Amino acid sequence: SVQAPKEDKLQKLLEMNGHTSVPHSYDYDLIVIGGGSGGLAAAKEAAKYEKKVMVLDFVMPTPLGNSWGLGGTCVNVGCIPKKLMHQAALLGQALQDSRKYGWQFTEQVKHNWMTMTESVQNYIGSLNWGYRVSLREKNVTYENAYGEFVGPHTVKARNKRGAEKLYTAERFLIATGERPRYLGIPGDKEYCISSDDLFSLPYCPGKTLVVGASYVALECAGLLAGLGLHVTVMVRSILLRGFDQDIANKIGEYMEEHGISFIREFVPIKVEQIEKGTPGRLKVTARSTTGNQIIEGEYNTVLLAIGRDACTRKIGLDKVGVKINEKTGKIPVNDEEQTNVPYIYAVGDILQDKLELTPVAIQAGRLLVQRLYGGATNKCDYVNVPTTVFTPLEYGACGYSEETAVEKFGEENIEVYHSHFWPLEWTVPSRDNNKCYAKIICNIRDNERVIGFHVLGPSAGEITQGFAAAMKCGLTKEQLDSTIGIHPVCAEV
Amino acid sequence: GKNEYDLLVIGGGSGGLACAKEAAQFGRKVAVLDYVEPSPQGTKWGLGGTCVNVGCIPKKLMHQAALLGSALKDAQHYGWNIAQPVHHTWSVMAQAVQNYVKSLNWGHRVQLQDKKVKYFNMKGSFSDPHTVRGLTKAGKETVVTAENIVIATGGRPKYLTHIAGALEYGITSDDLFWLKESPGKTPLVYYPFILHLYGIIAYISLTDASPDVSLECAGFLTGLGLDTTVMMRSIPLRGFDQQMASLVTEHMESYGTKILKKCFPTKVEKLESNRLQVTWKNTDLGMEETDSFNTVMWAVGRAPDTETLNLETVGVKTNSETGKIIVDASEATSVPHIFAVGDITEGRPELTPTAIAAGKLLARRLFGQSSELMDYENVPTTVFTPLEYGCVGLSEEAAVQCYGSDNVEVYHACYKPLEFTVAERDATQCYIKV
Repeated sequence: SVQAPKEDKLQKLLEMNGHTSVPHSYDYDLIVIGGGSGGLAAAKEAAKYEKKVMVLDFVMPTPLGNSWGLGGTCVNVGCIPKKLMHQAALLGQALQDSRKYGWQFTEQVKHNWMTMTESVQNYIGSLNWGYRVSLREKNVTYENAYGEFVGPHTVKARNKRGAEKLYTAERFLIATGERPRYLGIPGDKEYCISSDDLFSLPYCPGKTLVVGASYVALECAGLLAGLGLHVTVMVRSILLRGFDQDIANKIGEYMEEHGISFIREFVPIKVEQIEKGTPGRLKVTARSTTGNQIIEGEYNTVLLAIGRDACTRKIGLDKVGVKINEKTGKIPVNDEEQTNVPYIYAVGDILQDKLELTPVAIQAGRLLVQRLYGGATNKCDYVNVPTTVFTPLEYGACGYSEETAVEKFGEENIEVYHSHFWPLEWTVPSRDNNKCYAKIICNIRDNERVIGFHVLGPSAGEITQGFAAAMKCGLTKEQLDSTIGIHPVCAEV
Repeated sequence: GKNEYDLLVIGGGSGGLACAKEAAQFGRKVAVLDYVEPSPQGTKWGLGGTCVNVGCIPKKLMHQAALLGSALKDAQHYGWNIAQPVHHTWSVMAQAVQNYVKSLNWGHRVQLQDKKVKYFNMKGSFSDPHTVRGLTKAGKETVVTAENIVIATGGRPKYLTHIAGALEYGITSDDLFWLKESPGKTPLVYYPFILHLYGIIAYISLTDASPDVSLECAGFLTGLGLDTTVMMRSIPLRGFDQQMASLVTEHMESYGTKILKKCFPTKVEKLESNRLQVTWKNTDLGMEETDSFNTVMWAVGRAPDTETLNLETVGVKTNSETGKIIVDASEATSVPHIFAVGDITEGRPELTPTAIAAGKLLARRLFGQSSELMDYENVPTTVFTPLEYGCVGLSEEAAVQCYGSDNVEVYHACYKPLEFTVAERDATQCYIKV
């Protein structure tokens, strides 16, 4: 392992001194392990510079045997199916609204899970296909194989049938992402599903218990309820940890008022099967976190959404000396996405202390490659990255939460401006007039610069995107005030 | 003698009310005159102006109704089982929209009361630079004097009076949003929902001003299931980016709206069946064509509402071509202490948010020791056609004209909203450019 860094250093010196790079007999310039948002973006970018690139992508089946194609979490079991099913739920609400706007149709409207899931899976299939074609067109070698390091500059790729091949490369990019965490209680892997299974479930989940309070948990709970299913959410402590808690509570309140039950301060301790079926019937036993109280409940489906673990423990990182955070499994990198091993880089969800978002991974992957092969110097800007949680009442945010702002700048230096608003579209169908909410957090000491933007309401993502650009430009409260609104839209608030 | 009020606002719309309420905040004695002259078809409405009663608000709600119609179609792809056929009942929607608008009228009256602004439901005209004569519907007269006067009377839809039958048989946006079910209540208005199979409506637009009104209305009427045609003399959305304008109309055509380009109407006649026969000249083909419709709506621009104000008496100058009131950067007219805001002012965007902002800033300059002027640059706006169009800043043509094509770079992209994929919707016209 000592040799590898030296070789690289030598090469760098030679390059710096104007010599062309010493040819090594590496198979590839770059091998990307993980064909998700970050990995594919980087691979395709590298191909633009005519580098010889390989992508290794492999999906270990879920405990229930589920698997999927090229594209990573976002495309297959994340953003894409989630947003489509969220849209299905929103359309259910739209159906109800439309009656007040004069549309007439039968009173009883039911949702067919299979119709939706088939459409969604078909679309995902087209994306998987699109990615394969795209890689081929760009001359990126793709192998559906599990990659792991076996020595310096060398990976072993093992395909579905168990056949193994060795490949070498000058540089590596680890972009293996994460997978859902399990509780470690009796019955969890046998009977529970995760988001990895939900979006391709070949039967309607029925009465569902969602365990967790992450955005994954709340988004899934929200969309399932919107499709007409009976949903309960079991929360250990707080909702949406890491997000603005004022808004998190409003989201929870809204969900509760709209038919989703919450069981607070309990954790499941065992899951048993009462009856097999599609769906079957499960009995969940849970214990209070504040005492010894035990409760039981019966559900058709139990969806675990308690967090995700980085896929870094079984890819041979120890063989090449890449350090990981032993507790979280995440990989610390410098601001150029470089691990402690100079020729090994990492992007995406596996990075320590970085946002787990597709656009961030894509941007980081692209810029990294531009720096490696294109002579660019731009680094990925991880500050003021906007995001949206697609709960029934959508939440768009950019910048600091109120708590973090107070912590960083001090309460006396923060001013919060806020307002409830009633979307015009909600008036006619008499929907809630005091739930939609917007707030901005300003730094008084810095010209009342807007350091936090939060909006709770329809199309939150569309609203937030523009404001993120404004914040990047240093938007101040005064500039915001002098911006004329578009009328009548939610964003003018 | 001493003037009765510190501020008199003529016109209780977006600009007028914002100005009046802001002035009241400074503890000033304020009065508002608002009066709605019924449309030729007899339609009238309450306090709040165009936006609230016959503009933005009802337009957006009906646009939403149409969007929900599309949502119903999408929903099937997403697994919702809706038995066909699905149809739309105008009266249910109209009632709901009108009720909401009325609640806003009420809200405005209460707000004025709370802020101690005196409200007169009267038509105002100038006697002298500080005196206005208010006339009620019944003819009762009240004289009001004020130190400062703000004219915010807005505009009303134009009619093509030179076309036979245009005034008697046509409606405008003033009437469209208030159409109810029973013909008895509003005679001479033709109802779009009658004979659903033949529910045909013609929109005639000269696209010189308020071009978006005709397209927006045609858009939502099509979305509600009505057979709708737009007739235009020249180009759609004049003044807007032309590439975007054609994407908007292309989408409308694929959505089901018929668009007759390069045509202008020559006469409108009423048939025995109560339908309207419209004759027009097709300038491309050089021939006359004719067809019958249930309703004909004019969206040929808006004229500033200044006729009965008696502006000549006090010397307030207007633009000879447009008739709008000429103001400087501080919203001042040619007469000291007389100001104007909103759609009535020359050279300003005809938008509610700009009227509101201008009205508020004016009040602050008059009574609040502020010197901040209204900034009309980079005002964002949106046209709520079936495929919505949002824009801010220069159109491509204006940019090239202003900076030269060598100095302008355009970045653009087509895109497909994720929601369209499963719904199998066509995204050909979804587009963005900077």
